[in-house]
Amino acid sequence: MWTVAEQADGGLSKVSFELLAWGRGLADKLAAIGRADAKLCSVVLGNKLNQADLEELILRGADKLYVAESPAFEHALIEPMSCALEYLIRRHGPEIVIAGATSVGRTVMPYVAVRIPTGLTADCTGLDIDEQTGNLVQTRPAVGGNVLATILTAKHRPQMATVRPRSAASPPRMADRKGEIVRARIPEELLQSPTEWLGLRSFAKDEVNIQDAEMVVSGGRGLKKGENFALIRELAGVLGAAVGASRDVVDRGWIPYPHQVGLSGKTVSPKLYVAVGISGSIQHLAGMRTAQYITAINTDPEAQIFQTADFGVVGDLFEVLPALVEEVRQRKSKKERSQ
Amino acid sequence: MIPGAGMHIIVCIKQVPETSNVQMDERTGTMLREGVESIINPLDLYAVELALQLKEAHGGRAIVLSMGPPRADKAIREAISMGADGGVLLSHRALAGSDTYATSLALAKAVARLRPFDLILAGVRATDGETGQVGPGVASLLRLPLSTYTSRILAMTDGKITVERLVETGYETLCLPLPCLLTVGKEIGYPRLPTLRGKQKAREQQVPVWGPAELGIEEDMVGSAGSPTRVVRIARPQIARKGQRVETARLGATRAAKEFADFLEEHDLL
Repeated sequence: MWTVAEQADGGLSKVSFELLAWGRGLADKLAAIGRADAKLCSVVLGNKLNQADLEELILRGADKLYVAESPAFEHALIEPMSCALEYLIRRHGPEIVIAGATSVGRTVMPYVAVRIPTGLTADCTGLDIDEQTGNLVQTRPAVGGNVLATILTAKHRPQMATVRPRSAASPPRMADRKGEIVRARIPEELLQSPTEWLGLRSFAKDEVNIQDAEMVVSGGRGLKKGENFALIRELAGVLGAAVGASRDVVDRGWIPYPHQVGLSGKTVSPKLYVAVGISGSIQHLAGMRTAQYITAINTDPEAQIFQTADFGVVGDLFEVLPALVEEVRQRKSKKERSQ
Repeated sequence: MIPGAGMHIIVCIKQVPETSNVQMDERTGTMLREGVESIINPLDLYAVELALQLKEAHGGRAIVLSMGPPRADKAIREAISMGADGGVLLSHRALAGSDTYATSLALAKAVARLRPFDLILAGVRATDGETGQVGPGVASLLRLPLSTYTSRILAMTDGKITVERLVETGYETLCLPLPCLLTVGKEIGYPRLPTLRGKQKAREQQVPVWGPAELGIEEDMVGSAGSPTRVVRIARPQIARKGQRVETARLGATRAAKEFADFLEEHDLL
């Protein structure tokens, strides 16, 4: 039972640990049906890895780590990453390999899967073990969330899947957990890359990647003008949320594409999603309906967004937003004063 | 690139159901699909647009390739009406039921048959399957360098292409040798409309249809038979939530905002 960790910001990305929650559940179920060899392993391909991060993986549930370090992995270039992962899979024959549905995961996993060849299921929202067969039961949405498909990779191994970031919480640390760290040597010829990495234009510090954010406030056509995104930013600011957008307003150039939530944009799964002036088309819903709490503000009581909202305000956002910003500010400062 | 001959670009496109007029069934809380209209997958339109822009800048040809039922011929002709030079349809009963592996295999075999080529383009993902796996799968089977989530072409000289791609932390710049495969997102350009001349060409163009025989593969290597994954169940998920609703018409904006803040506080969101 393998999970694929990813480097980020000099450490390991959060999803590397979230995967352990999925993995632990699956490894335990495999053990319960008599697969004694079901160990939870994490594969770490990176450069200048911290020993503390590796130990963290073990403390949070990994029984074993396969670690390979090389400058070739510094920028997650596809060829070295895929060749190394394929090499390790062929050498050690895991039953299941799961990775985060990140830009790296969604590129490396299919690149590897077709070479084994084996089956890969993208963006799973559910993973389970079939008690009869021991097969991995993969559940994922499709057709804009219209259907929920259950998928099996009955004969091919490993069974590969990607899962959405934030779809599970990192397991807690168990202070005295022990595990094995295996340093893998990847043959030099597999670490070649015809592609060169030339640089990264980072997003501004306050432009949080909406997929990592705990809360997202999104604006839609109801804002009437691009400048009115300032209202969205204000609410996002007091809540500590990231700013999202519907496809409509991105197409109008009111806000750049990285903020677009939906089928041809990003999929987010935050704790709180606030849809402001968004009607709730299927395309948009596909990108945010797994949020824990969905709230909406819209003047149209028939807007489809209200059917998927846990809390809705039928009203004018130009009146409600300033009032809400004020209310939230007051409550937060009251909280701070009383602490 | 053959000097003087321009670029040979292949664009992989997919015909998908039009999902924008899907309504929700209030009783069951699930989605209803109205009509069976088919369109070119939206992100593939951006790939076609990029191919046409590159063709205009460097000369050459852009061919579209699609795998689907016979009616996917319409999608190919739509791309021709935008300006593509031609297309090939992969369609055969043995191809039906292909998962992303079998689809990648069939498309890779077709691309190999269309050699030589400089560039293969595709949209990042399709709106029906939403896996985003076929682009990388085709690149891998053909041993091609790959850039997914490509947002901009910065330069193309001396057999290399420099691109920007959108990742979680920002825009990454990569330089890939040609031939390579790029999957593109919306920032790559704005898809042009078909022209009258294009539509005429689309009506008259011969679009060959290939099956396993033309691809040089056995029927059991594709379709359901050749697919490692299998959908065993489809459910219509309940996506409606029974939520509270307040109206400013009754409460006023201030009161409504207070109720909203109450909701946030109740759920530890403040």
